[in-house]
Amino acid sequence: MSDLHDLSLAEMARQLRDRRLGAVETAKHFLQRAAGHLAGADSTGTGAYLALDPEVTLAQAHAAQARLDGGQAGVLEGVPVAHKDIFVTRDFPTTAGSRMLEGYRSPFDATVVTRLAQAGMVTLGKLNCDEFAMGSANENSAFGVSRNPWDLQRVPGGSSGGSAAAVAAALTPAATGTDTGGSIRQPASFCGITGIKPTYGRASRYGMIAYASSLDQAGPMARSAEDCALLLSAMCGPDLDRDSTSLDVPAEDFSLRLNDSLQGLRIGLPEQFWGQGLADDVRAAIDQALAELKRLGAVVVPVQLPRTELSIPVYYILAPAEASSNLSRFDGVKFGHRAADPVDLLDMYRRTRSEGFGEEVQRRIMIGTYVLSHGYYDAYYLQAQKIRRMIANDFQQAFTQCDVIVGPVAPTVAWALGEKSADPLSSYLADIYTLPASLAGLPGMSVPCGLGAHGMPVGMQLIGNYLQESRLLNVAHQLQQHTDWHQRRPAPASKEIA
Amino acid sequence: MSARLVQGYEVVIGFETHAQLSTQSKIFSRAPTAFGAEPNTQACAVDLALPGTLPVMNRGAVERAIQFGLAVGSHVAERSVFARKNYFYPDLPKGYQISQFEIPVVQGGTVQFYLGDELKTVRLVRAHLEEDAGKSLHEDFVGMSGIDLNRAGTPLLEIVTEPDIRSSEEAVAYAKELHKIVTWIGICDGNMQEGSFRCDANVSVRKPGQPLGTRREIKNLNSFKFMQQAIDYEVRWQIEQIEDGHAIQQATVLFDPDTGETRAMRTKEDAADYRYFPDPDLPPLVIAREWVEDVRAQMRELPRVMAARFMDQYGLPAYDATTLTQSQAMAAYFEATTRACQQPKLASNWIMGEVSRRLNSGELSIEQLPVSAEQLGALITRISDSTLSNNAGKQVFDALWNGEAPAGQAALAQVDALIEAKGLKQMNDSSALEAIVDEVLAANADNVAQYKAGKDKAFNALVGQVMKASKGKANPQQVNAALKARLG
Repeated sequence: MSDLHDLSLAEMARQLRDRRLGAVETAKHFLQRAAGHLAGADSTGTGAYLALDPEVTLAQAHAAQARLDGGQAGVLEGVPVAHKDIFVTRDFPTTAGSRMLEGYRSPFDATVVTRLAQAGMVTLGKLNCDEFAMGSANENSAFGVSRNPWDLQRVPGGSSGGSAAAVAAALTPAATGTDTGGSIRQPASFCGITGIKPTYGRASRYGMIAYASSLDQAGPMARSAEDCALLLSAMCGPDLDRDSTSLDVPAEDFSLRLNDSLQGLRIGLPEQFWGQGLADDVRAAIDQALAELKRLGAVVVPVQLPRTELSIPVYYILAPAEASSNLSRFDGVKFGHRAADPVDLLDMYRRTRSEGFGEEVQRRIMIGTYVLSHGYYDAYYLQAQKIRRMIANDFQQAFTQCDVIVGPVAPTVAWALGEKSADPLSSYLADIYTLPASLAGLPGMSVPCGLGAHGMPVGMQLIGNYLQESRLLNVAHQLQQHTDWHQRRPAPASKEIA
Repeated sequence: MSARLVQGYEVVIGFETHAQLSTQSKIFSRAPTAFGAEPNTQACAVDLALPGTLPVMNRGAVERAIQFGLAVGSHVAERSVFARKNYFYPDLPKGYQISQFEIPVVQGGTVQFYLGDELKTVRLVRAHLEEDAGKSLHEDFVGMSGIDLNRAGTPLLEIVTEPDIRSSEEAVAYAKELHKIVTWIGICDGNMQEGSFRCDANVSVRKPGQPLGTRREIKNLNSFKFMQQAIDYEVRWQIEQIEDGHAIQQATVLFDPDTGETRAMRTKEDAADYRYFPDPDLPPLVIAREWVEDVRAQMRELPRVMAARFMDQYGLPAYDATTLTQSQAMAAYFEATTRACQQPKLASNWIMGEVSRRLNSGELSIEQLPVSAEQLGALITRISDSTLSNNAGKQVFDALWNGEAPAGQAALAQVDALIEAKGLKQMNDSSALEAIVDEVLAANADNVAQYKAGKDKAFNALVGQVMKASKGKANPQQVNAALKARLG
């Protein structure tokens, strides 16, 4: 029998229901593994966690065990999960990776957190992320970087870097993430795990601290498509009383079509995703996976996404514009950080926000404020909105020719810590393959497809049409039934991970 | 439009009115909107802008906007857009106000009213939905400011006119008419002290035929009296400035009721860049035509329509019809009274006369009136069938007002019982009347002589004596006739 932390979610849930496994024992096992991985602690851990509270976790585990014993178990009863620190939680502090919210406690749980709790999941803790989800390396967390378990000198990706690192190092069997411009898919790719961002509006944004409201979307990060399907089914569903952008489509069982045949599946390969910027090792790994999919009956067709490059300026106008407004509430008046002894109101605002926000957040607030300013709005914001609609239309054109789109998640494998932190533009450019689906609101996922340079994992991106999450999970699951890339584990890089 | 000039200048006024909508809960949250609660007890996580909260549109607020649009003949937009108006202020919890900017829900429309005998029409530009901010309390805490977020998120309809108003009197008449409309259709309680109906006036002056002058906006005019004073002061001030050779600077000003003056709060130079953009948390507000038609079908008859009907259906003069349609309650009382007595003009006279007099002296509203429409109708019935004289009717009315009517009876029986108990039944018996007339003529020989000498006043004195002797029960017409017959 494999170790407890190697079990799939379905298997873990089954053993818990059959009482072969106890919820408390399971929670303790993962708490023990997570213990050395608090951010900022030392360089031997991944820094994946921002908050652990064994007392809270074990209380939840006892309650889950009582329901298991009482025959009232939810689908994932007793299975542990950890949440990206962007989701507000009553039982754990919530910081969004920012000094601004250090010590903040939300009086309510995010809808996603509530839904997973209703499914019976036990919360292990809160996971590190880039400050307010702004970043693609998890180097913008105010509480210390998170590290890639495959190589602690490399970044885990971002902004859901802690989530990806924790799942890859089996510090939790499952994690939540959020994806605004690739923040689930890219860290999943960098850490060799599976992650899916559903269609915009599938998962409630209530209780997700907003970065860019029109793009933010929650999703699961786990080790397999099968695990992600279970988690996604529990997370999604309409939340119309709390989130006006929540889609009014019924909750769905995303596991139902996992075993559909791929015979005749049309895979679209956007020409623009395979150009010069793509590293050879990444290209080679994805080619291998494509060959496997073809062997399973899929056919590939070339498609065009002509505005792929424009997605970078469009995203880096729209997301900062929304962020500049969303983050105005952090003003020192009601909650969070307030500068000491302000001389007047302006001084309070100025120092509170200078002290509370990190460099990248300040940069995006300034970009966003600029593009919304009188005289620039038409040239930047409005123009970007127009191109955003065109990008969405391009996808619809492509989907007349194919069922799913396949491409890389990122141009390279995970880079070294500090490599791009001095040059924010270079990391913006690395978002090129994830931004188009975000701007179009389409579901996208990252599936491991082997190792590239430096023995680091490579992810393949699957993009589906609206509400086609089942199709993406089906393709990923079939691939995972016939390959073992998703089962590869980082070599124990420290004794905590061993 | 005949412009009334002030020192050779034409006054140009446009209005922006914030009407607080009468919903139970806030525009984007489920917190209650009740006025006067302890600070920060009516604000939920959404109103406090806690991290992770999102706005969800209150359907009731949209419905009220539709009602307003229909009441003033506007286009109710199929699709309107909420935008964020970004600025920092401690009582603005999100750092932005959710409002409508480029595409408002109510577009166009007119408000019509009489200024004296002249029918005036003010065109509306728009009316849009938005949320109110909280309140900053600077006086209550030494060296600190208090923030009360109870009002944050209260639904407002901001109603904006074209610059069609030409005098302070007209401005007040417009504001009163608008106030009447919003309270009549029940979308706003109209309480100006509590800030439920706040007016800003954009005032400028120009020589006739010239382009529009630079305007100054007078903020928060929350009484009709101050409104007129403030505009009059502002007009005089602007004319003085121009006459002294100074250009008017665009500015926002406040009226100080203690000094009777306006003073500038901020000028255009400090105008903030609000960085409006569509709120990504709220999809466009789409209003199905069926919804508009449902609202239309359930709308109350509007005051001007009702007044026209009163003239047509009941034969009332315009003055009566307009007066009786000042409020829903007044109009309903009139119609119920008329149903009970079938005498619309008498009902109108009584309501505009005795009823209004008593209400005013007691500072009561018509809802607090202790005499039911059925009782007043019964009273009028007894006057019109000559059972009661008008004077005796007033005594019965007093008795009804004081609750002297026997309980548990129909209104007509109550009125009859009061007439009986007080002995107020009009003397319709001619022999009894003639006896009284004989007595009065005998006892007032002087008056008889004066009358015969051609002094008409003496006749009235005799009528009065007869009425007095009959204790008010004689029918004045019969008294007239009987006296004339006897005096030849």
